[in-house]
Amino acid sequence: MAAVAAWSDRGRPRDARASAASIGLWVFMGVATALFSLFIVAYVMRMSGDDSMTIALPWQLWLSSALLVAGSVALQGAGGASRGSDAMRTRRLLLAGGLCAAGFLSVQLWAWQALLSAQVMPAGNPAGSFFYLLTAMHGLHLAGGLVGWAWTAHAAWPDPARAAWRIALCARYWHFMLAVWLVLFALLGWVTPEVARFVCGTS
Amino acid sequence: MIMAVALLLIVLGSVLFHVFNPWWTTPLASNWQPMDDTLTITLVITGIFFVVINLFVAYMLVRFRHREGHRAAHEPENRKLERWLIGGTTVGIMALLAPGLVVYANYVREPRDALVLEVLGQQWQWRFRFPGPDGKLGATDARFVSATNPFGIDPGDPAGQDDLLIPGDEVHLPLGKPVLVLMRSNDVLHDFFVPPFRARMNMVPGQVSRFWFTSTVAGRYEALCAQLCGVGHPNMRGYVVVEDPASYQAWYAALPSFAKSQAKAPEAPAAPGGPAGGGARVEQGRALADAKGCVACHTVDGSPRVGPTWKGLHGKTETMADGSTALVDEAYLRSFIRDPQARHVKGFPPVMPKIEMTDEELAALVAYIQSLGSPPAQAAAEQKAAR
Amino acid sequence: MNSSSPTGQAMSHADDAGHPAPQSFLTRYVWSQDHKVIAVQYACTAIAVGVVGVVLSNLMRLQLGFPGQFDFINAERYYQFVTMHGMIMVIYLLTALFLGGFGNYLIPLMVGARDMVFPYLNMLSFWVYLLSVVVLMASFFVPGGPTGAGWTLYPPQSILPGTPGHAGGIVLMLVSLLIFIVATTMGGLNYVTTVLQARCEGMTLLRMPLTVWGIFVATILALLGFPALFVSGVMLLLDRTLGTSFFMPALVSMGQVTGYKGGSPLLFQHLFWFFGHPEVYIVALPAFGIVSDLISVHARKCIFGYRMMVWAIVAIGALSVVVWAHHMFVSGMNPYFGFFFATTTLIIAVPTAIKVYNWILTLWRGDIHLTVPMLFALAFLCTFLIGGLTGLFLGNVSVDIPLSGTYFVVAHFHMVMGVAPLLVVFGGIYHWFPKVTGRMLDDRLGRLHFWITFLGTYAVFFPMHYLGVLGMPRRYYNFDGYKFIPPSAFSLNEVITVIAMIIALAQLLFIVNLAWSAWRGRPADANPWRAASLEWQTPTTPPGYGNWGPRLPVVYRWAYAYGEPGAAEDFIAQNAPPQAGAGEPEPEGQSEVRGAPA
Repeated sequence: MAAVAAWSDRGRPRDARASAASIGLWVFMGVATALFSLFIVAYVMRMSGDDSMTIALPWQLWLSSALLVAGSVALQGAGGASRGSDAMRTRRLLLAGGLCAAGFLSVQLWAWQALLSAQVMPAGNPAGSFFYLLTAMHGLHLAGGLVGWAWTAHAAWPDPARAAWRIALCARYWHFMLAVWLVLFALLGWVTPEVARFVCGTS
Repeated sequence: MIMAVALLLIVLGSVLFHVFNPWWTTPLASNWQPMDDTLTITLVITGIFFVVINLFVAYMLVRFRHREGHRAAHEPENRKLERWLIGGTTVGIMALLAPGLVVYANYVREPRDALVLEVLGQQWQWRFRFPGPDGKLGATDARFVSATNPFGIDPGDPAGQDDLLIPGDEVHLPLGKPVLVLMRSNDVLHDFFVPPFRARMNMVPGQVSRFWFTSTVAGRYEALCAQLCGVGHPNMRGYVVVEDPASYQAWYAALPSFAKSQAKAPEAPAAPGGPAGGGARVEQGRALADAKGCVACHTVDGSPRVGPTWKGLHGKTETMADGSTALVDEAYLRSFIRDPQARHVKGFPPVMPKIEMTDEELAALVAYIQSLGSPPAQAAAEQKAAR
Repeated sequence: MNSSSPTGQAMSHADDAGHPAPQSFLTRYVWSQDHKVIAVQYACTAIAVGVVGVVLSNLMRLQLGFPGQFDFINAERYYQFVTMHGMIMVIYLLTALFLGGFGNYLIPLMVGARDMVFPYLNMLSFWVYLLSVVVLMASFFVPGGPTGAGWTLYPPQSILPGTPGHAGGIVLMLVSLLIFIVATTMGGLNYVTTVLQARCEGMTLLRMPLTVWGIFVATILALLGFPALFVSGVMLLLDRTLGTSFFMPALVSMGQVTGYKGGSPLLFQHLFWFFGHPEVYIVALPAFGIVSDLISVHARKCIFGYRMMVWAIVAIGALSVVVWAHHMFVSGMNPYFGFFFATTTLIIAVPTAIKVYNWILTLWRGDIHLTVPMLFALAFLCTFLIGGLTGLFLGNVSVDIPLSGTYFVVAHFHMVMGVAPLLVVFGGIYHWFPKVTGRMLDDRLGRLHFWITFLGTYAVFFPMHYLGVLGMPRRYYNFDGYKFIPPSAFSLNEVITVIAMIIALAQLLFIVNLAWSAWRGRPADANPWRAASLEWQTPTTPPGYGNWGPRLPVVYRWAYAYGEPGAAEDFIAQNAPPQAGAGEPEPEGQSEVRGAPA
């Protein structure tokens, strides 16, 4: 992978690749936005039915949210640091960003475990079904982001300044994942069947 | 050149085909003539476009074919022409849409005094219900559905007690009266479609859908299912008989009510001559017929449904689709239940699913079916006596 | 080979192919990151899977034409054939071929790039697509066989007993679709970003050929529309595997009360068709773009109303997301939605009609060469015309009520999605084959293939409309005992079956032509059709690694400089020097040589 990276960096101007990757990431974020928007529409429509009940969200979600915020802050900082000359600081913040995201995923799984032991199963209650489904979808997208983060870390470790654009893209994706998570968290917590019925006009 | 000729032939052939072919709408038997009229308007407008454009292309293929020394004109655009074309097309589209929406407005506005008919779809048969003297259909739920209550009517709902249940798959309607068809499904999507009525709608489990029409021509019409609902989809037939009010009243008066159907003794007792000590086994078989879902397609009262009725089945000589016959004895029943696709009984669709059961359960089920028919020895004796 | 420091002039974007030159057989032809190789891989896979689809359709026709004569085609198998035929043709053939095949090959060449901007991702997208095909084909071999729920996979039936493949087949189908969506997203990122980012100097968006516009807008639709299929597919998969009730209401299946409750089958339909309608434009828009180029090149005339054509493509794409419930007029949804969706559906007819007029006006006063690509383009006009016109019947809600679920719908969508775009696929392959291989396809075989395919498909699907008006329902295994269906309808079904089998056999002519000509066809020169667009101006044919040699091209005019008055030839290449002629309808008011793409 290092050889390919070296070859590709040779000859093609860095900003052409950077701007292509940036556009590609915006487009992908558009696709993911469409995906999560449709999930949200499905959630509201289903929750307006007669059989839906809210579930109490496990406290672990607050912890995971904090971790995700921390990850965004760390990567934003890494992006800033990479444009300066402090390579050590960049590496530390980059690492922190990834670890926070990995931590988020672990705590999400912990939240699942908490819910399962409270007898909230995927089947049987639409709120439960959507909880597992939406957190799984978000988690998968974040896991994909971790793959990109690993590639970035590998490419940026020797000389973070050269890979500043990669770190910036990671940061952007982390912020996007945070925004999606906050929306989903609000949805699961505050869009109750009453709210959903109000939106659908069936109350 | 050949292409121009081909296009001309296609236009000519299509027009001639349209004029001379034997397939068009089935004769209308309801008030929805406006649907047919809008279809005709659409046909005329689109037909004109089809003919004119194809002929024009054919003309251009000849007029502007490649010739030596000739070059194409340079015409990148023509704003005025484009505006005219857009305008004309928009007018044409509106000419199509307007009548269509007017008819549709009529379709969604149900008449107040309509006769209410409920059509219940289930894999793979139709059932019909009227609201009875109180004019209200009783509430239903999936958890009430059973062999004795196929409509799933809530026994606790007083409005349901006088509902009239139509036995069999043929419903009668009075000529000339508007009918509001309320549609439900016990299992999957279906669609109650009677082509001469034109109006129809899907039925969706978990909700009630509706459409309305007024019959205008008496007759016996075939109802088909028009939403793929599994392997029995093409066999899901019903009949709607439109008749004069007097005959309709006579038929209507004889319909059993829900209350009556619940009061009847639900099951036939074990016939004499059944296996000794088989009472418990037969009971187990009856419970299994319910639990395994056999009763969805097999009745015990003699009426054929998706599958043959079990009343009198044991001991009978059944004819297969290929003309061969087989005696329905214990061995036949066992092998049929274990491998339903091995044989195709004449007159019934080959849609019986293979249902998992232990040997003990199979024996109990067979014992139950036997108790509804007559054992082979007795059947043979009866036949001899008849001769 | 690949210069890392251009000589003197300003560096253009994307000046290298982004991947190393292939060294071995494996990296040249198998694990290739070259868009041209990936395109051929997509096309071959799509055509192979399309052959399976054609065989399935013939098996269906055997039953419809000669009901009961073939014991092995029972009701279960029939519905499995119906379902797999539909899904294969719409998704795994047409979508993959137009986007992954034509899109991959043509976009970089038409915009003057060396390759797609993310070549590694591009390569992955093919292998993920291939994986989705493998998973789909695997459903033929699981217990219960593939799903027989119809390509629309409606719940509750698709996951309940009574429908074939409700156990394993439907699971594999859904998993295959999810994998396909991942592949399409990977490819789509490439196509969109390459068009936005990697155009060569002088190639503004409004100088791109309509083929690129069609595929570009189709890709945007795909990126935004396939998520709806993903959402509905995942939720259906969970209903089936975990017993959730997203789409499953309380119901009694085969006499047994199930554990589902509260779900909405209509929610699935809304989500599915929110994808499903843009999907048909994902197939149609590239076809529109390609046919514009075919007509223009082979009539030696600039496309009429280029800007209007671009706006029409964009308008059709935008409108396509607000018409979906015209597939649901009789679904039992809120009836008042019918007014809205009938209106939007008929509005979308206007930009579509504009495109038809503009194709015709391109032919007007043209210099029409009836080459094989042109024949296919003309056949597209004829069949798309009738397919689009019958859409006006179905889009008009009250006319749709008796026609929905009948053979009228089957005839309509086959004409407009099966026949017309497929004719464009053939026309496009006959047109670009010399560029891809450096050889011409055999002309006589091509004409024979054309006539059988065009006249045959017309003869199959035109009469079918009338069976639908009669009320003959679709997705019926047999019609035994229905008195309202006259015996003549059965005779017609026999005739249609025979013609369909002849058409299927005729496609062998095409496959033989492809294979033979790739190896031994008449060598073609670099630009046998004397086309103006950029893909024909590569220094070598077939184009080599990096497409353009040491220097990227610079473009000075649009792609349709045909019949320039006063020019020496009847076409001017896009990258011919500015002195050769302007050729654009409206100069932008700026210098023609641009410093950077717009």
